[in-house]
Amino acid sequence: MATEKVYWKGFDQLANTEVSQRMAQNEFASEIPMEQFLGDEKLMGSAQTSRRDFLKYLGFSTAAATLAACEAPIIESIPYVVKPDSLTPGMPTYYATAYTDGQDFASVLVKTREGRPIKIEAGDQGRFNRGTNGRAQASVLSLYDSARLRQPQKGGVESDWATIEADLKSAVDASITSGKQFILITGSVFSPSFKGLIAKLRQAHNNFIHVEVDAVSSSEVLDVWEALTGVRAIPTMDLSAAKLVVSFGEDFLSAGSAQQMSKAYAGSRKPGKSMLRHIQVESNLSLTGSNADKRVKIKPSQVGSALAYLLNEVSNTSLAIASLDDSLKGQLKGIAAELMALKGQSLVLVGGNSGANAHLAVALNAALNNVGSTVRVDQPIYIRSGNDRAFDNAMADMSANAVGVVVLVGANPGYSRPGFPEAMAKVEYSLSLCDRLDETAALCAAAAPVPHYLESWADYMPTASDLAIAQPTIRPLFNSKPAIEVLGSLIGEAQSSKDWVKSTVSAKGLSWSQTLHDGGASMEVKSSISASEVASRAMSGASEAASTAASAKSGDFEIALYQKTVGSGNQSNNPWLHELPDPISRAAWDNYLTISAKDALALGIVNETQSNGALNGSLVTLTVGDITLANVPALIQPGQAQGTVGLAVGYGRTAAGRVADGLGVNAYSLNISQGFAAVSMTLEEGEHEFASTQLGNTMMGRKIVNEVSLADYVADPAGASWNEKPTFHTLEGSKTANEANLWANHDHETMHMWNMSIDLNSCTGCGACVIACHMENNVPVVGKQEIRNFRDMHWLRIDRYYSSDMTKDRANDENVGGIDMYAQMEVPGESPEVVFQPVMCQHCNHAPCETVCPVGATVHSREGLNHMAYNRCIGTRYCANNCPYKVRRFNWFNYQKNERFTSVNPAQDDYGRMVLNPDVTVRSRGVMEKCTMCIQRIQYGKLEAKKAGQPLADGAVTTACAQACDSGAITFGDVNTAGSAVQVAKNDARSYHLLEEVGTQPSVFYQTKVRNTRA
Amino acid sequence: MHYESNVREPLILGDKSYKDITVDVARPVETAAPRAWWIVFSISLVMFLWGVGCILYTIGTGIGVWGLNKTVGWAWDITNFVWWVGIGHAGTLISAVLLLFRQKWRMAINRSAEAMTIFSVIQAGLFPLIHMGRIWMGYWVFPFPNQYGSLWVNFNSPLLWDVFAISTYLTVSTVFWYTGLIPDFAMIRDRAINPVQKHIYRILSFGWGGKAKAWQRFEEVSLVLAGLATPLVLSVHTIVSMDFATSVIPGWHTTIFPPYFVAGAIFSGFAMVQTLLLIVRKIFKMEDYITIQHIEMMNIVIMVTGSIVGVAYITELFIAWYSGVEYEQYAFLNRATGPYWWAYWSMMTCNVFSPQFMWFKKLRTNLVFTFLISIIVNIGMWFERFVIIVTSLHRDYLPSSWSMFSPTFVDIGIFIGTIGFFFVLFLLYARSFPVIAQAELKTILKSSGESQKKHHDPHGAH
Repeated sequence: MATEKVYWKGFDQLANTEVSQRMAQNEFASEIPMEQFLGDEKLMGSAQTSRRDFLKYLGFSTAAATLAACEAPIIESIPYVVKPDSLTPGMPTYYATAYTDGQDFASVLVKTREGRPIKIEAGDQGRFNRGTNGRAQASVLSLYDSARLRQPQKGGVESDWATIEADLKSAVDASITSGKQFILITGSVFSPSFKGLIAKLRQAHNNFIHVEVDAVSSSEVLDVWEALTGVRAIPTMDLSAAKLVVSFGEDFLSAGSAQQMSKAYAGSRKPGKSMLRHIQVESNLSLTGSNADKRVKIKPSQVGSALAYLLNEVSNTSLAIASLDDSLKGQLKGIAAELMALKGQSLVLVGGNSGANAHLAVALNAALNNVGSTVRVDQPIYIRSGNDRAFDNAMADMSANAVGVVVLVGANPGYSRPGFPEAMAKVEYSLSLCDRLDETAALCAAAAPVPHYLESWADYMPTASDLAIAQPTIRPLFNSKPAIEVLGSLIGEAQSSKDWVKSTVSAKGLSWSQTLHDGGASMEVKSSISASEVASRAMSGASEAASTAASAKSGDFEIALYQKTVGSGNQSNNPWLHELPDPISRAAWDNYLTISAKDALALGIVNETQSNGALNGSLVTLTVGDITLANVPALIQPGQAQGTVGLAVGYGRTAAGRVADGLGVNAYSLNISQGFAAVSMTLEEGEHEFASTQLGNTMMGRKIVNEVSLADYVADPAGASWNEKPTFHTLEGSKTANEANLWANHDHETMHMWNMSIDLNSCTGCGACVIACHMENNVPVVGKQEIRNFRDMHWLRIDRYYSSDMTKDRANDENVGGIDMYAQMEVPGESPEVVFQPVMCQHCNHAPCETVCPVGATVHSREGLNHMAYNRCIGTRYCANNCPYKVRRFNWFNYQKNERFTSVNPAQDDYGRMVLNPDVTVRSRGVMEKCTMCIQRIQYGKLEAKKAGQPLADGAVTTACAQACDSGAITFGDVNTAGSAVQVAKNDARSYHLLEEVGTQPSVFYQTKVRNTRA
Repeated sequence: MHYESNVREPLILGDKSYKDITVDVARPVETAAPRAWWIVFSISLVMFLWGVGCILYTIGTGIGVWGLNKTVGWAWDITNFVWWVGIGHAGTLISAVLLLFRQKWRMAINRSAEAMTIFSVIQAGLFPLIHMGRIWMGYWVFPFPNQYGSLWVNFNSPLLWDVFAISTYLTVSTVFWYTGLIPDFAMIRDRAINPVQKHIYRILSFGWGGKAKAWQRFEEVSLVLAGLATPLVLSVHTIVSMDFATSVIPGWHTTIFPPYFVAGAIFSGFAMVQTLLLIVRKIFKMEDYITIQHIEMMNIVIMVTGSIVGVAYITELFIAWYSGVEYEQYAFLNRATGPYWWAYWSMMTCNVFSPQFMWFKKLRTNLVFTFLISIIVNIGMWFERFVIIVTSLHRDYLPSSWSMFSPTFVDIGIFIGTIGFFFVLFLLYARSFPVIAQAELKTILKSSGESQKKHHDPHGAH
């Protein structure tokens, strides 16, 4: 309508007079006296610039302009000729798929932008393992790893697929003729299609052997379950049905099991009368152990006997036990009493790979009537099926020159199994279908790339009732081919990997499009496994297991292997996983020997803080049996059982890529298949530089993490006695921090007011949120040296505090002076309680950072957020100094260009750059950055709501950290929305602000941790 | 004419005529530089160039080449800044405040003290610039009209106050200094034989003719500028102290800071004047003008301000305990007993204990001892700023973020560079400027000259 309006310049134009018509024809309103000017010979003659000069100038400027134009950078951006239907530039597209890296499995949603996967999110459909741990989150970066193999290689020279397939075919044919074996080595296989292929291969080749091998083996445990249930799979452990969980060294919250239990754990640990109680009996201080209500230290070799002791206590068996010291027996007696009180509602878990221990745990669960209730034998999980005996047989055959062909798919025994390289030397033809030229591929005659999971079609059955579909989210970056197609070519199988998946889906009678959309489907399956039979078999085999366990080789020192966020080492070239500090030790980019303070003192092992605050530690040489591992750095770890040491696997890689190579030591080389062994140590010369991010390990008597026992919580649900708010004495009486205030308040009633609640009771400290934040917000990776310099760039960190034996009360009672008290408070206790606290920008409503910035680069929003305008920042760092939470991060270097970071920062790599989130600016050197509460997500959500003409619904916008948290510890939302989850949380009796007394009025608040302790 | 009692010590020793003063003051400008000057100048120049290199490296690579981290965001940069600003305080105090208080003894030292002020404020001004992550955007701290939208500086920020305080101080000090220099430049111009030199000093002296009216205006301007400069003596370091005092960090958030910082600044400024003048009077043989009495006067100022600073330190400790705030208590306990205890006790020793020796007349009139103390005091004052900045930051509220600070070669190089730069400027000044305000000094020759005093003394032995 507006366009129909006509504006006229005057009445002449309206009347369309002759004058106005003439005016409209002339470009210039008045005549320009060109003729007069050019005709004036006198004027032209006296001009300084001759015609020749004019031409010279013209020529020069044209040439100069042309030359200057040549310098212009050429940026290739090619628009779509035909826009794909599903793709709108600037809008994300999500695909449901399944993540597996040979260790974990998860149903995930992949966010893609302009055809690039940039973020992994937890699946929103009801699949098995819906959560995402740190490795699942970080896996998208492994897609863009420039160390990936790009072309098939033969004898170290680039080749092509036709040659590789032809060579394989002829080698297999030759092996049949010569009567030698054709061995396929894979990780655990739980893909119906791949199993189908294996069946066909077996049918077609009578010399075919399939061997499954897991880097971190569960083989003995699987043997036990196979014997008990007839199925080579570990059953589901149902925490939601349990009131008490007793875990013997099983790190079920982070790495231990294939089943993701943190969601169920958090669900059962909601404070209240029915809160799950958790007892952890272990040697290394694990993530799980640090969340326990009660933690008992034990040597790994004693675990079996401890289980047998418990079994003797709860049932009238008299199993053989090795000698246990009295204090341990006392603790175990207490545990037995608690277990007895909760028969059928408790759960005993055991970690490691000892068959005897696993058997005793089943027997104990059986004796407690847990088999069938919390131990769901009817729901076996197929994610682990590696068989070490089969693998050892294969290695023996290989060494005996009996093997003609070895094909490896997604397995890297060259790294994780000592002796494998020697065995491989005797094989006639070997092919590794791998993602990179890893330690194993280097041993093979040929290596060829398989697609990353985000590039491939696959199907998985983690349990009998769950089918998960993996679909490609990007066209393969390299000349890769799915293993199923390569091996299929051997038997003339023409199906593509997609066809295989399709036929699996149709065989189950499921709708293809729906299954693909949902990323899988659930099915009703009736299990034939009888719980009571399993229980009776377990009980009858208990005495044999107990005597095996009692004879477990003990030593003055025992080593227990564990896994850090890097996991088994498959993704160890992923810098995000290394940049995340270990949740317990807070050291990044390393593995190391964890040792107790007392043992360290006895052995002369020291950890010293340098003048810049960085930590240095001694080196030791480990000896297990006749294998030595030299120069292992030792880190003093509070909570480590005396006489034990821990070492993480997944490090010490030699051919994983520039990030991983040379980091740490290879714990697999110790060849400890059960996960623990007797060890001896000798101190070495020299010291190791740790990249530790936390120097202050205790809370120094400050109210930082508020904690209450369950009994006190239940007794006083309003929190008056355990969640006291700081008050100030003023002339007008006692005031809270919000009331005693110099500043005018912002208006936070009229619009959105973004708040965040962090439940310290649910947070397990795993760090998945940190990695999610890293990828959502393009946080630079800075590498080991910079982490060591306390310059990590994490917008979100998880603080870990140990309890100290010195407290203010104790100092009062014992008359300890202030100086001594604080000095002793700095030292963590020998068996400390551990708390975790995620800290990001608290988005203070009276922000200390905002007032001090000279240029106003950080300002308050009307929605309760503390904004950071990178473009305006001049980098005085005053804001960071004045931040009581120390959450601001300064760009010390140009992380995108500086050579110091080339090997670690993905943003410096043409492939790695593709993972950057286009919605978030990559910050330049010299500016401050910090958590924005994912403002790009907030804006997106607001726009979507606006387009839909709806008010923004609660939960429609969430931050990357809140989304990544399996435990649901982080709640984000608008407190001005009535009934929103965050509003409910804010009004909870447990909520408190961090450092409320400073008067910063944060938008982030914490929920008091409740520990289910018993007097 | 000014009359001075004979009880007072003469301020100009020896039997000096007006011409003697002229010759003595002009001598360094008119004669070739001694070898010692060249040696010191070369060393300073090398230090300066090394500093320039370190600054360029910082600007080219990033602040990451310093030893800072996420917790300690300022360390040597702001320590050096406050240190140099503090040193810059003595000049204005001597020339302005003592002018208003009619302290005639200032006349022999005010020129050099003020030169020192300007040169040290230049050093100080460098640090807020180079500590910026993006120095090329540094002009954004000025409230200039722009088309960036409604962008404007943040008047709440003490850093912005710093910008105004330091630039005002530098401007007023320079004008004041230069005004005083005009008659002296004219004197050198009148004596110059070399036509080039004559021409240069002609320009510098603004055509000074020495008419009575000019002298009257000169006196008036000096008085007005002194009046303007006097509040600046207090304001500059008050505002610098507010960088810390207005923050929320325990150990920074202290209302005692403004007076405490001003006292500390005068303390360190006098110490630096002492250091420089002891060298100048020796090399340029000006013992007759910068007498033991001058040295003693300044030592007394050092003693008094040092004691004020000491009281401030003790007050801080008391208030930390008395406040009952655990963060505050820990911050001060940590200063004295934490990982940086050595910095704290260095500060205490240098700033509180060492000036107490000045109670003894024998010591405060001993040149070697004075020189030693003047250096020690400035070391102490550097540590004071280091203690305030680094030990407060390195352990604040959340122990999870605690860290330490260790300087890199760049931190050290830049500091050394500013010392070199300062001495380069001062040495050039000493060779080309009249180092004593001879015109002013001549006004007291009749009343305070040694021989003239004897002459006046009715009871003196002639």
